[in-house]
Amino acid sequence: MKIRVRYFASFREISGQNEEILTLDDGATITDVRGLLLARYPRMQAVMERSVYAVNRGYVAAETALHEGDEVVFIPPMGGGNLQELR
Amino acid sequence: MEALIQLTREPLDRNALVAAVSHASVGGIVVFEGVVRDNARGKQVRYLEYDVYPEMAEQQIRSIVGEAERRWGIERVAVAHRFGRLEIGEASVIIVVATPHRAEAFEACRYIIDTLKTTVPIWKKEVATDGEEWVEG
Repeated sequence: MKIRVRYFASFREISGQNEEILTLDDGATITDVRGLLLARYPRMQAVMERSVYAVNRGYVAAETALHEGDEVVFIPPMGGGNLQELR
Repeated sequence: MEALIQLTREPLDRNALVAAVSHASVGGIVVFEGVVRDNARGKQVRYLEYDVYPEMAEQQIRSIVGEAERRWGIERVAVAHRFGRLEIGEASVIIVVATPHRAEAFEACRYIIDTLKTTVPIWKKEVATDGEEWVEG
């Protein structure tokens, strides 16, 4: 299946692009996308550890299963506080 | 009225936002305006860059306003956030709440800005005289 990853803030700067399409095995989760991106962009490691996740514009947990056409975004901490309670 | 929500690269227009929530039934209007400061954690800030995930930010703001409407029974709210490059002294966010009586307007406005800061996907990069960084928590 194919999913779309959109990049914002430091993710945009590290990847050098606004978005990309990833091909994943059926049943893949956010955790799989995380691993794939870290292999491709090792410099994302630090910010990835502090980020939460959104699928189709809503916050989700790391074990969330993805589906064809999903829009995935890694959300780094915002300036005004943190999202630890949403993990 | 349905809440007015704006995410824009253009300078924010406080008067237009106040006008949008004004109504004969309103007895108090509270405005919160966040502006760009020239210093942060001992650094001299030159300017800020805001990045936003627009579709999700709008959805999150709408849900925050919805919660404020339920909690305080308010009906007239405008929220505007700017992104892109902002200079010192420019407004990055403006929240306007208009209510029949002032107490609800103060409380709801405070709730909306505090919650927005922690749950809406908008990020700030400080460009200071000695380097730049995305601000976290």
